Amino acid sequence: MTRTVPPEAGQTPTNADFKPTQGGQSGSGHIRELLRSNLRTSGIYVAFVAIVALFAFLTDGTLLSAGNVTNLVLQYSYILVLAIGMVIVIIAGHIDLSVGSVVALTGAVSAVLVIQQGWPWWGGALAAIAVGLAVGAWHGFWVAYVGIPAFIVTLAGMLLFRGLTLQVLDNVSLSPFPPEYRDVASGFLNGLLGGNGYDAFTLLIGAVAVAGYAVSGWRSRSARARYGQPVESMALFIAKVVAVGVVVMAFAWQLANARGLPIVLIILGVLAITYSLITKNTVFGRQVYAIGGNLSAATLSGVKVRAVNFWIFVNMGFLAAVAGIIYSSRSNGAQPAAGEMFELDAIAAAFIGGAAVTGGVGTVVGAMVGGLIMAVMSNGMSLLGVDQSIQSVVKGLVLLLAVAFDVYNKRRAGASR
Amino acid sequence: MDDNILEMRSITKTFPGVKALEDVSLTVRRGEVHAICGENGAGKSTLMKVLSGVYPAGTYDGEIVFDGDVCRFSGIRDSEHVGIAIIHQELALVPYLSIAENIFLGNERRGRGGLINWHKVNAEASELLESVGLREKAITPVGQLGVGKQQLVEIAKALSKDVKLLILDEPTAALNDTDSAHLLGLIRKLQERGITSIIISHKLNEITAIADNVTIIRDGQTVETLSLHAGEVTQERIIRGMVGRDLESYYPERESHPGEEVLRVEDWTVKHPTQERLVVDHASFSVRAGEVVGIAGLMGAGRTELAMSIFGRSYGRHVSGQVFMHGKEVKTRNVSEAIDKGIAYATEDRKKYGLNLIEDIRRNVSAAGLGKLSRRGWVNGNEETKVAEASRKSMNIKAPSVSSIVGKLSGGNQQKVVLSKWLYTDPDVLILDEPTRGIDVGAKYEIYTIINDLVAAGKAVVVISSELPELLGTCDRVYTLSAGQITGEVPVREATQESLMALMTKERELAA
Repeated sequence: MTRTVPPEAGQTPTNADFKPTQGGQSGSGHIRELLRSNLRTSGIYVAFVAIVALFAFLTDGTLLSAGNVTNLVLQYSYILVLAIGMVIVIIAGHIDLSVGSVVALTGAVSAVLVIQQGWPWWGGALAAIAVGLAVGAWHGFWVAYVGIPAFIVTLAGMLLFRGLTLQVLDNVSLSPFPPEYRDVASGFLNGLLGGNGYDAFTLLIGAVAVAGYAVSGWRSRSARARYGQPVESMALFIAKVVAVGVVVMAFAWQLANARGLPIVLIILGVLAITYSLITKNTVFGRQVYAIGGNLSAATLSGVKVRAVNFWIFVNMGFLAAVAGIIYSSRSNGAQPAAGEMFELDAIAAAFIGGAAVTGGVGTVVGAMVGGLIMAVMSNGMSLLGVDQSIQSVVKGLVLLLAVAFDVYNKRRAGASR
Repeated sequence: MDDNILEMRSITKTFPGVKALEDVSLTVRRGEVHAICGENGAGKSTLMKVLSGVYPAGTYDGEIVFDGDVCRFSGIRDSEHVGIAIIHQELALVPYLSIAENIFLGNERRGRGGLINWHKVNAEASELLESVGLREKAITPVGQLGVGKQQLVEIAKALSKDVKLLILDEPTAALNDTDSAHLLGLIRKLQERGITSIIISHKLNEITAIADNVTIIRDGQTVETLSLHAGEVTQERIIRGMVGRDLESYYPERESHPGEEVLRVEDWTVKHPTQERLVVDHASFSVRAGEVVGIAGLMGAGRTELAMSIFGRSYGRHVSGQVFMHGKEVKTRNVSEAIDKGIAYATEDRKKYGLNLIEDIRRNVSAAGLGKLSRRGWVNGNEETKVAEASRKSMNIKAPSVSSIVGKLSGGNQQKVVLSKWLYTDPDVLILDEPTRGIDVGAKYEIYTIINDLVAAGKAVVVISSELPELLGTCDRVYTLSAGQITGEVPVREATQESLMALMTKERELAA
């Protein structure tokens, strides 16, 4: 639509409405401006690098050794899977306290079918996912269509599904799984392309990932340019690709030198990329942010809030089932007490990763980095022989500080008005 | 000799990168009503925050002299202590507590052993209520009162603290005419009791009616202080000071060429969501292409409820009646259906219901039209930016880029974002609920211009407004609403404020 503004109205001197912030257009000034304006999101990466460096130093490099890097991936993969679902729940302004119990229940169902009934491994996995979806639909129904706060619904779910786990397992542990099932969490792709003491296939996948990052970055950069939007300078773009390339290849090198490419890492990678795209680039993702940002405004903009909330919880159920399969596979069986406190780790990961307590803010990548921060800290402290009790204290303080940082940032942003 | 209760001398307040106030001086005489005028973002609220200690001493330059003493407030408590009370636009009452509890909140009258003597508290509260002319029981929960009455409770609260200087920030913005008149009367009565008031308002007619002096602020600087006693200062004169130019007319000229009927609503009836009464009672109206239709009604007449129930049943229970678009009956059972049928509704409360304040302009502009920006559920982010950028230019939204956070824009610019959002859905009829509430004169003019462009492009527009001059200045026809019933339909040529007011207050006819 075009409209003609009468000159006297168009030139209303209301420049006090906003004053452009002073930011240099020079390279370093640009980066600084970029960092400052994205402090909330970039701070988490800086913190992650600092924590990795700190523990690498304290453990004389053991943290980054080939064997330990592999261990880190295997040990915390299910928390990262849960964190993906949890951050979406939190962005929409909800919470899910039940995921630990759902992990236990889905693992238990799978174990009963595979170990006791002799189903094939994939039959158990599909059944676990079906149970996860059903649990998610149950939560979604109460939250979205009955209107009960998610805190209550999932608190009830936490008790309910823990109880059902005990019922399913008849209060005893089940093990062991057949080897195919165990491979989900503990298997490796190794030797597919041979290698000289290291796995060439792992390095190839690493290289493909870097190339994919560069190409998709380049494509979105040129698309932005086509639409006449500002793009970062070429030097900055190349620097970013090189930095990511170095980190990914170093990581792949360490994996290749140990046992090869963990299967669970592939699962994790696919989920991370898929959900990043879903939250950023789909109508559903946008509606999740809109609901969390201002529920009433979203409703009055035509968002079908109930349906969106319902599917958010179904999705959380799905991811909890995936985590349940990985966890049961890793522990090679099902235990009545499996997955206890997982919900808290997942919630902590989301908040450390920059999600806002009030909803409307957060990213999948942020939550994964938040989860990795927790993982590196636990792993690093374990390597140092720090007592579990102290580890718990430290983790608690980190969570508190992360949210305090978020609140402080918000207040500062508000004050600069 | 001048008896000044307050002197603020060359106040300068800077935020990182922005000078919000520069060398602002304000002198208020004891016992006067002093108005402060300025466009949104001019620095009025910042000045009041400096005065009340929200920005503590040391974070600004300059000097505050209150009652003869130089003051350095380190918080609101300090300024309250010397007798300065500020009543904000957004009321700060606890809805579930009683009037008396709210009045003495944070200032509880403790008796023996630290216990509160409720009989005494309620008695004192009743006295205060009487002094502000509020006929309610002190034990009534504040949530049950309307906005106008809540405002009176705020004033009673200020009086309980022995206030010497009362600051009212946009006190009548959310009030209807009756409540506004009552409030202004009360300010005058307080003046007789020796209480000085500072009133910040966009409603210039109220300022000229009640204030002794007016200080005009523009772009963080004092422009001038005018005395209103001589009666020579007109509203136009104040506006000239505020915008730095003459505004030839509040309302841009428009030629009216109504075309085909676009929207017709018949027998629309809506029940209150919790009570057994009709909020909208068999209302019928229509609007044609290229026509602006106004809906006038007092607060509580059911204007917003009428619009929201049509817009996808966003309000009320047992909604019945028919909606016709271009002569064909359509169902609007939920918001997305209404949008699909070509109806758009911009709410009266843009912050609460219209915008996602923590997101940027781009995401807000696209919020209702994501379907057009996406294929198979995937959003084209670049197209989205392009659309938002186009709106920013055509609507003259003052922001550095479409990535600016909407919560940081001024009211007028926020309203333009809301309008952009709805225009992108390409509606046939736009229902604008209080489109210029709380925005400054210059931005109002721009909004009216946008409305004119819309009807020139063949859209149908419904304007709901509490300000009768606005309806008379923008509409072709005006419907009046009283107690949920349409009590009149007047071509704007034949309408006056008085005739509309008579219809708006017409007694409810007993439903046959």
